[in-house]
Amino acid sequence: MQALQERIRTTHLPLRIRAGGTKDFYGQSLAGDILDVSAHRGIVSYEPGELVITAKCGTPLAEIETLLDEHGQMLGFEPPRFGAASSLGGTLACGFSGPRRPYSGSARDFVLGMEILDGTGQHLKFGGRVIKNVAGYDASRLMTGALGTLGVLVQASLKVLPKPQSELTLQFEMDEATALKHMNEWAGRPLPLSASAWQSGVLFLRLSGANNAVREAHAKLGGEPHLHGTEFWRLLRDHEAAFFSGDLPLWRLSLPACTPPLDLDGKQLITWGGAERWLKTNAAATEIRPRLAASGGHATLFAVGEKSVGVFHPLPAALMKYHARLKKLFDPRGILNRGRLYPDF
Amino acid sequence: MISPDIIRRLQAILPPHCLLIAQEDVKPFETDGLTAFHSTPDVVALPETEDQVKAIIALCRETQTPIVFRGAGTGVSGGALPVDGAVLLAMTKFNRILSIDPLARIARVQPGVRNLAISEAAAPFSLYYAPDPSSQIACTIGGNVAENSGGVHCLKYGLTVHNILSVRVLTIDGEELVIGSEALDAPGYDLLALLTGSEGMLAVTLEISVKLLPKPERTQVVLAAFDEVEKGGAAVGAIISGGVLPAGLEMMDKLAIEAAEAYSHAGYPLDAEAILLVEVDGTQEEVSEDVMRVREILLASGATDIRTAKDEAEQKKFWAGRKAAFPAVGRLAPDYYCMDGTIPRKALPAVLKRMAELSTEYALPVANVFHAGDGNLHPLILYDANQPGEWEKAERFGADILEMCVAHGGSITGEHGVGIEKISQMCVQFGNAELQAFHGIKACFDPDGLLNPGKAVPTLHRCAEYGAMHVRSGNLPFPELPRF
Ligand SMILES: Cc1cc2nc3c(=O)[nH]c(=O)nc-3n(C[C@H](O)[C@H](O)[C@H](O)COP(=O)(O)OP(=O)(O)OC[C@H]3O[C@@H](n4cnc5c(N)ncnc54)[C@H](O)[C@@H]3O)c2cc1C
Repeated sequence: MQALQERIRTTHLPLRIRAGGTKDFYGQSLAGDILDVSAHRGIVSYEPGELVITAKCGTPLAEIETLLDEHGQMLGFEPPRFGAASSLGGTLACGFSGPRRPYSGSARDFVLGMEILDGTGQHLKFGGRVIKNVAGYDASRLMTGALGTLGVLVQASLKVLPKPQSELTLQFEMDEATALKHMNEWAGRPLPLSASAWQSGVLFLRLSGANNAVREAHAKLGGEPHLHGTEFWRLLRDHEAAFFSGDLPLWRLSLPACTPPLDLDGKQLITWGGAERWLKTNAAATEIRPRLAASGGHATLFAVGEKSVGVFHPLPAALMKYHARLKKLFDPRGILNRGRLYPDF
Repeated sequence: MISPDIIRRLQAILPPHCLLIAQEDVKPFETDGLTAFHSTPDVVALPETEDQVKAIIALCRETQTPIVFRGAGTGVSGGALPVDGAVLLAMTKFNRILSIDPLARIARVQPGVRNLAISEAAAPFSLYYAPDPSSQIACTIGGNVAENSGGVHCLKYGLTVHNILSVRVLTIDGEELVIGSEALDAPGYDLLALLTGSEGMLAVTLEISVKLLPKPERTQVVLAAFDEVEKGGAAVGAIISGGVLPAGLEMMDKLAIEAAEAYSHAGYPLDAEAILLVEVDGTQEEVSEDVMRVREILLASGATDIRTAKDEAEQKKFWAGRKAAFPAVGRLAPDYYCMDGTIPRKALPAVLKRMAELSTEYALPVANVFHAGDGNLHPLILYDANQPGEWEKAERFGADILEMCVAHGGSITGEHGVGIEKISQMCVQFGNAELQAFHGIKACFDPDGLLNPGKAVPTLHRCAEYGAMHVRSGNLPFPELPRF
């Protein structure tokens, strides 16, 4: 860690923070010398009775999830892996969450504390290792999803959840509009939902909970059990499902869950109960973005494609002003992951 | 003191019934729920329209006049305490629920809407707003966002920050920002998290979209007694590591049990050193299964008595004792002093042991009531302010407790906020570098430091002082509310 601090302090060039490198595809641009944080790894503390784990940010997700699994616990936001080397820090910097997100929370929801090195190499400790803590501004969650532009994440504490006793994936044949309606209606009823997706005329629904609760919900909802449910959600989570292959640009559309089917060129896959939609298309950003903005959402050019159209949805000028001020506060020289989020920082 | 010129200009912005200037009119606003601190405001503005709010903000910015925002004034850390020379800007007239969308499970509300009013409006759709501070019949959602308030169901359902989707705020520069969205995320930095819990220091909230959850099909409460506090503490960990995530998990020690039983006759076992209340919720079958597992774990943890509520009436009775614990303890002594520290659960036995020793050292009794599930302690130190030196002793005792929480890896505040009360203890929890970063964040939004000056983040030279909640007997704020 001292070496990392020294490197940040003494550099005159931008630094590109990197651990496993599984997310090199993500973000606006990769500028600067690599600051390799993968050696800064290891689980610092884990007490199942506390529901809290603390790990250094270079720790592979796989290592964390294996340990949690041994104690019947899990990361509640079901982070995608995008490769075996996926690290905790990379996942939190990108703010990635998987299929369980609409039902149990996002990466930032589970963040309790974060230690960072700011753009001057200063070591800062925000939040803590306890579930409830309202002392000071919530800088830990601010760091989540900031793509390393506000600091090098060095250590994080997360709330974890008990694993459900049983899980069952159901399939229903239905068209897109009906599926959207059902996903939203069911989410408003006390059902043990933990994931939902729609693709090519089939709605997939995952139930998680006590054995009886899952059985009971199945009886209420009907649907055909999926024989390989676990694998289905893993492939979807890690973008290994067939939908994600091919050379067309992949857009991630984030929008209010009830938004009716989006009439956009290309093929779509719906996740998060309708609140996240994946689009494989050649359609132009100028066609996609206004459509999303009109429904109160935003579009990210997630992978593949020409990044000059802007990977992330542009911010209104007034909001951008506060982003720029925060960037200047935490990274006054503008050296950390410069250009990865928005061109100027 | 605010200048007559500013008062005149406020009079031009607001109709007479929206501006309080006379001593007898402004007096009720001299304190929030933490009555130990009070300061008569120079002027209280109660705007009715957003244009009025904008005009007041513009005036204050131009004249460099500080502003303190206020909701219902139930805060217990002095967040809404008036500041000398400031305009006290109360948002309570913005009390409309703008829309409820049952399919999207979203309520759009103004900041002055009371917390409970949201759940009441959502009830016809079998939906509710999860965070439930015990002040929920009175406190406003704007105040909840500013404090990141919790409730007894935080362990399972989270704090305010987990249950809001977006806010529309007005900055001191007069810019309106929509932060977050009705989608599950928004581009850019997570300013929603930054604004939540920012104690009225960064911007004023004009509108909030909150998430609504389906009401659970069923809830059930189990009461367990222990002959040692440590065993109760260990049982909490065992339940959670045993795979059950209770909706509520509360613990009381002997002094608190005795006081609560005498006050509300909840049927608590008086020979117990500690009791646990475990609430589980979910579908019919899920609850039955969880209750069975909880009972097994409690038995294995050495509970001497385990009772499952027979019906809703008994559930209510079990909770009644817990909810009245503060006023019940309040009857044991002329004054009590309530702390709000959090600790990792495993530190509970050590913290309780040391607290008992301190109690002997200071010769002041302490009753313990906690949100055991999430490690949030509310030690109530009993003392008599009329005895010379007792308040100072209680204050030192409280400071020792909070320092001990930090030493065990915890926090000085789990849900009540820093405000003016715990401003000195911030220095125990954070180093100078972090405090400087907090001042920097404040300056990003409010470069001139006009919003709620002197609160939440201490200046570095202040770092030797300590403060704490001091409730005077017979002067309990909001005596009609249940206390957690
Ligand atoms: C009996 C009792 C029980 C309580 N129980 C709990 C509990 O279980 N859990 C818990 O977490 N808290 C509890 N509290 C504390 C308190 O109710 C909460 O902190 C609540 O959120 C305060 O809301 P309020 O509307 O009263 O805000 P106020 O006290 O008026 O203000 C609180 C802060 O919010 C700011 N503010 C208010 N409105 C706005 C706005 N529109 N824009 C910007 N800033 C604003 C103020 O400047 C101030 O800093 C309890 C208090 C009492 C008296």
